[in-house]
Amino acid sequence: MTTEFLDPNRRGFLKCMTWAGSAMLWTVAGGIPRSHVIGQAEAAATGFTFAQVSDSHLGFDKPVNTNVTGTFQEALDQVTGMADKPAFIIHTGDITHLSTPVQFDTGAQLLGATRLQTYTVPGEHDILEEDRKSYLNRYGKGTHGDGWYSFNAYGVHFIGLVNVVNLQGAGLGDLGKPQLEWLEKDVKPLSASTPIVVFAHVPLWIVYQDWGWGTSDGARALTYLKRFGSVTVLNGHIHQIMQKVEGHVAFHTARSTAFPQGVPGVAKAPGPMPVPPGELKNYLGTAKVSLVTAKAPLAIIDTPLAG
Amino acid sequence: MSVLRKPGILARRVLLCALLGGPIIPLVAWSDEGSQVGIDNFKFAPTPLTISQGTEVTWTNHDDIPHSIVLNALGVHSKAMDTDGTFAYKFDKTGTFFYVCGLHPFMQAKVVVK
Repeated sequence: MTTEFLDPNRRGFLKCMTWAGSAMLWTVAGGIPRSHVIGQAEAAATGFTFAQVSDSHLGFDKPVNTNVTGTFQEALDQVTGMADKPAFIIHTGDITHLSTPVQFDTGAQLLGATRLQTYTVPGEHDILEEDRKSYLNRYGKGTHGDGWYSFNAYGVHFIGLVNVVNLQGAGLGDLGKPQLEWLEKDVKPLSASTPIVVFAHVPLWIVYQDWGWGTSDGARALTYLKRFGSVTVLNGHIHQIMQKVEGHVAFHTARSTAFPQGVPGVAKAPGPMPVPPGELKNYLGTAKVSLVTAKAPLAIIDTPLAG
Repeated sequence: MSVLRKPGILARRVLLCALLGGPIIPLVAWSDEGSQVGIDNFKFAPTPLTISQGTEVTWTNHDDIPHSIVLNALGVHSKAMDTDGTFAYKFDKTGTFFYVCGLHPFMQAKVVVK
């Protein structure tokens, strides 16, 4: 169960790990590690780490979670409390619930208080105001188009994509031609050995078309990335962990820090999923991604807020 | 008994109702009750909604998640409605108008304006 899933030809292969005691367990479908195992996980991470938070929905106040500011704060505390402090935080969208200035301000204050560099992409809840420019007006500096950009860190090329502006069909995310052209040019000069991390709000792969959980032209984007030995795709939007691996590409969606959503094909609609009293924090959480230099995999550790 | 003995009066009353009440009652029903659309569990209801020309339709969001109304053919994009939020639009043209939720376009419905 430990290493047979590892393909030595897949440099920078991405895994989601659960941890039990000091033993490392690899799981194909997202396990849910307990929060106290973070310390054990840190011992294995010899490279740099970064944290992913998602779907904080600041401003949401319905019964399933009447304190989304508190749970977001708790998630950030969890990140900053790690012994091997992450190099930065990626927020994969839906920072706010209704794009109001107060909600954006709350997000900026909480993220700013971590004193960690934060990289963001918008969710559809972040572009509801100011003529759909509410996100761009705050986070658009230095970005292209609707807010896409790339940067390099620790030898990894990070690409933040925007796929919530022009929803297609049943609501699938859409990157659009200008962004795809930019992406093609952006990665062209990179060597195939450069690890790539792509992050966007709506899953780039089709998770569940009926609810618009996927990106209509996500496959096109991936054609520009197929020559790379390690591609990691981090998304939010669906408020639950799902992952799959295709060739050298690993897809991973993060939990929300605000509220869980139903499981496709089981729940009748993708709204907030009520959970038994006291169990909410088992459904919320963060993801920590490590570049483990010894074996060169990127490792994702999903951590619930409680457990 | 008096009515039975005077069938002519009854007939005239029925005729009066047909002339006055007939056209009035359906119009009241369409403009007051029929122009409301509820949003529950990611669904619009009723759909299709049939109204008369010039009627204002009001959508009310009963979900915990915001929704919006996008009437592409009419160039209408409402703001996001939070829980219990409403949006109203007066249909001045006849025809069948499809609309979706801007945040969840798999939510699809239509208004028929006669």
